[in-house]
Amino acid sequence: MNITATLIGQILTFAVLVWFIQRYLWEPLTTALADRQKKIADGLAAAERGEHEQELARKRAAEKIAEAKQQAAEIVSQAQKRASEIVEEAKENARAEGERLLAAANAEIEQEANRAKEQLRSQVVTLAVAGAERVLKKEVDAKAHEKLLADLVAQI
Amino acid sequence: MSGEAQSPAEYIQHHLVNWCVGDCDPVTHQAAGFWAFHVDTLLFGWLLAGLMAWAAFALGRQLTTGTPGTLQNVIESVVEFVQTQVRDIFPGSNPLIGPLAITIFVWVFLMNAMDLVPVDLLPLLARFVGIEYLKVVPTTDLGTTFALALSVFALIIYYNIKIKGPVGYLKQFLFHPFGKYLVPVNIVMTTIEEVAKPVSLALRLFGNMFAGELIFMLIALLSFAWWMLPAQVALGSLWAIFHILIITLQAFIFMLLTIVYLGMAHTSDEEH
Repeated sequence: MNITATLIGQILTFAVLVWFIQRYLWEPLTTALADRQKKIADGLAAAERGEHEQELARKRAAEKIAEAKQQAAEIVSQAQKRASEIVEEAKENARAEGERLLAAANAEIEQEANRAKEQLRSQVVTLAVAGAERVLKKEVDAKAHEKLLADLVAQI
Repeated sequence: MSGEAQSPAEYIQHHLVNWCVGDCDPVTHQAAGFWAFHVDTLLFGWLLAGLMAWAAFALGRQLTTGTPGTLQNVIESVVEFVQTQVRDIFPGSNPLIGPLAITIFVWVFLMNAMDLVPVDLLPLLARFVGIEYLKVVPTTDLGTTFALALSVFALIIYYNIKIKGPVGYLKQFLFHPFGKYLVPVNIVMTTIEEVAKPVSLALRLFGNMFAGELIFMLIALLSFAWWMLPAQVALGSLWAIFHILIITLQAFIFMLLTIVYLGMAHTSDEEH
């Protein structure tokens, strides 16, 4: 149970093993672990950022929707207003046109009536002259009595 | 038990002899001087070191930062465990400490774990190929435990001198632990303190493993009669289960103390 040269062999084995483990296991593995740690940390940070951005986007979308709704409501109310305006205008136009037509018809009727009166007058004058001729049995000189006839026409 | 009829004492004696090559006593087969090699110790040491190296190499080629495979998972958890220990105990940073600690932990653990192989199995197989003596647990050989402890000791001295300077290291011998008025006492005390480090490291591991091995042998001796078989199986299983704790603990203690000692070598703080 004494210490023998086995000691030297085991020391050398140990030294080689430590070197080997450092070269092929410890360094690559600790690097990989550190890398993974960083990767996970980055991933978590990215996820958080993404969440934040999503939140912002949701807010922006909500704002946009509200705005759009408001605009739509405005447009609808404007359209309604415009429609009632158009209806009002049309009513106004129709009323004006009716009045105009009425006025024109009235005017024409009056004109017709006047013309008829005119005709009647001239016929009455002719009749009156013819009657007077017959009463007087003598020709009335239309030229000599033009003034008198015109006065007569005006009296009728 | 081995072939010919053996007394229990002979049986145990036989199991405590290494496969010796070199300067060996031809009668007892024990090493007669320093220049004897315990081939079994070296062989199993190399085998287990080779196993570690192979695992390390196999992993190193398929290392990924993504989802790790089974092998990587297992080794990663060991590496992280050791890394945590180093980070907690070791002041400052030294790229050698981590690999050193994990090598000690895993290698010592594997060598200790040879204890869990049935005591007679490998010697019996060896007998078939003509090897008379075989001790399968390298850590029951003082050669192995002192090899580790002295390597650590050499590193302790190296880093003491490197960090504190030769003068600083010498001062530690002169003025610790009692200050400048008791220099002779200080020299003796600090020398004992320093020498105790490798000796305690080596002997603690050796003692635990040797005693464990011995108890396995004693349990094996219970097979002197067939009706003792249940007792042997029960005790053997019990001790093996308990021994799992011991081998892990001893490997862990060796690693931890290595980190602590090297950490002490790295602190230029005068108070410790």
